[in-house]
Amino acid sequence: MAPSETDVAVSARGLVKRYKDVTALDGVDLTVPTGSVLGLLGPNGAGKTTIVRILTTLLRPDEGSAEVAGVDVIRRPREVRRRIGLSGQYAAVDEYLTGFENLDMIGRLYHLGAKRSRERARELLASFRLEEAADRPSRTYSGGMRRRLDLAGALVANPPVIFLDEPTTGLDPRGRADMWEVIQNLVAGGTTLLLTTQYLEEADLLADEIVVIDHGRIIAQGTSDQLKAQVGGERLELTVQDPARLDEARRLLEPLGVSPATLDEPRRSLLMPVSGGANVLTEALRLLDGASLALDDVGLRRPTLDDVFLSLTGRMAEDDEAPTEGAA
Amino acid sequence: MAAPIVIGDAYVVAKRNLIKIKRVPDLLVFTTLSPIMFVLLFAYVFGGAIDVPGGTTPQAYREYLMAGIFAQTVIFGATITGAGLAEDIKKGIIDRFRSLPMAPSAVLTGRTMSDVINNILVLVVMAVTGLLVGWAIHSSVGEAAAGFLLLLVFAYAISWVMAWLGMLVPSVEVFNNATFIVIFPITFVANTFVPLESLPGPLQTFAEWNPVSAVTQASRELFGNIPDGVPAPDSWPLQHAGLYTLIWAVVILVVFVPLANAQYRRSTSR
Repeated sequence: MAPSETDVAVSARGLVKRYKDVTALDGVDLTVPTGSVLGLLGPNGAGKTTIVRILTTLLRPDEGSAEVAGVDVIRRPREVRRRIGLSGQYAAVDEYLTGFENLDMIGRLYHLGAKRSRERARELLASFRLEEAADRPSRTYSGGMRRRLDLAGALVANPPVIFLDEPTTGLDPRGRADMWEVIQNLVAGGTTLLLTTQYLEEADLLADEIVVIDHGRIIAQGTSDQLKAQVGGERLELTVQDPARLDEARRLLEPLGVSPATLDEPRRSLLMPVSGGANVLTEALRLLDGASLALDDVGLRRPTLDDVFLSLTGRMAEDDEAPTEGAA
Repeated sequence: MAAPIVIGDAYVVAKRNLIKIKRVPDLLVFTTLSPIMFVLLFAYVFGGAIDVPGGTTPQAYREYLMAGIFAQTVIFGATITGAGLAEDIKKGIIDRFRSLPMAPSAVLTGRTMSDVINNILVLVVMAVTGLLVGWAIHSSVGEAAAGFLLLLVFAYAISWVMAWLGMLVPSVEVFNNATFIVIFPITFVANTFVPLESLPGPLQTFAEWNPVSAVTQASRELFGNIPDGVPAPDSWPLQHAGLYTLIWAVVILVVFVPLANAQYRRSTSR
């Protein structure tokens, strides 16, 4: 099949989607090379799910065009569906069906045939560590197990392109770590993946390239390192005991920063983008100790989605909820 | 898409819906208990107080009652489709189905077909209860079968209205309330439980043209539950009750099958 062998697995040009007065997507272009992972990063209501819905044929854009695995999503949706797997943010498994029955049903609906559907369901249950729970109704599963089952559903037909919409939202740290492992194994097998997330850490860990989206527009894109360079990488954060000496601390540490420090006087704290990890921290402590400057608290903080947003848009990610109705 | 694929996919979806009945036995218990309760309530509580054409005895009322209660119950049975779709949309299951290369019409066809199976089950339980309280079929096997078939066909058409409504409303709760408000009047302002002659003027006219009256009248005739000597109804729909019922069923299907399918193609989880 020629189309799935092209270099570009997903491409979108000028996607626009409006709901009444709200513009959910305002001209989005995307390219995902075959075999790579694209992370769509943004807060709630940014338009991430709308992009996934358009690319998976669930929604028609008002403007723009898109191809998935070489097939036009607007003109030939049914052929696109043969080549994709979707796992949404709600763990769309039927709670009354067992894990096995859920996957078997999906296999049948991909028209794999009765025998192949059953085999494939068992294979996936084994590789997603759901073998023991295979014949229990899925409503007895933990949140993490349901997500794994849902992801397994997306893989039933071995599609060349997988879409994961916020695969770990709402999971506890253990469930999230499990899910990351499963996704990393998947990616190691060469599947093209487009995943949306609200967590920079997740995009950092899983994605080759990250696209940051806000209010239906792409506001930054690049590799994790490129984005972090833009955001300023790690931050050194400290709180001094004596507020009068805050400025002195700033002068002492200035040479260690990659950009100027910001001071929060009421909190007696200093925040400064740095690079160099623990060495910078050690050096900072040595300098402060040499000046007998006492601290209440000190640490290195990795940039979060808030930092990305703060540096790109000048506001926090959670500051203003974009309208979520249909645009989430 | 080729017909065998549509049928195969619809079968897979219907099987999924029926597994739920197996997994939640309470559901089956209550869907069968409530019609039994209705039969007993009407037969023993209201029956003595309502006179019907052809007799004033409780026995005469039980003969009259059963077709009406069958009609009401299968119409309520047709709401399972809508409630199920509203729930599937909320849970994102429709998103999953719509992202699969399956026949798009299979989800709705499978849903509505499982309503029919559910209704057959409920009709069997009710018929047995009816027979126990003194209802009898006075016609041939063929006519009786035609009576049950007509009830199922009419309810099947209603299932498509419910499918459309279920995808339109924001939640299962809204769906249940909305259908209750509509189904109660249309199944009570009819000849289901009381003779039409007892209704006041405008309501009587509404009831005469109400398709629920027609399906009730037609199955009453087909079960032989109208005693000899009862005068024929005055209105055209009830004089041609079977035909009038089928016309309604066809019109509903012609309107709501495309509407429901169009709504399905637009539905995403919310």
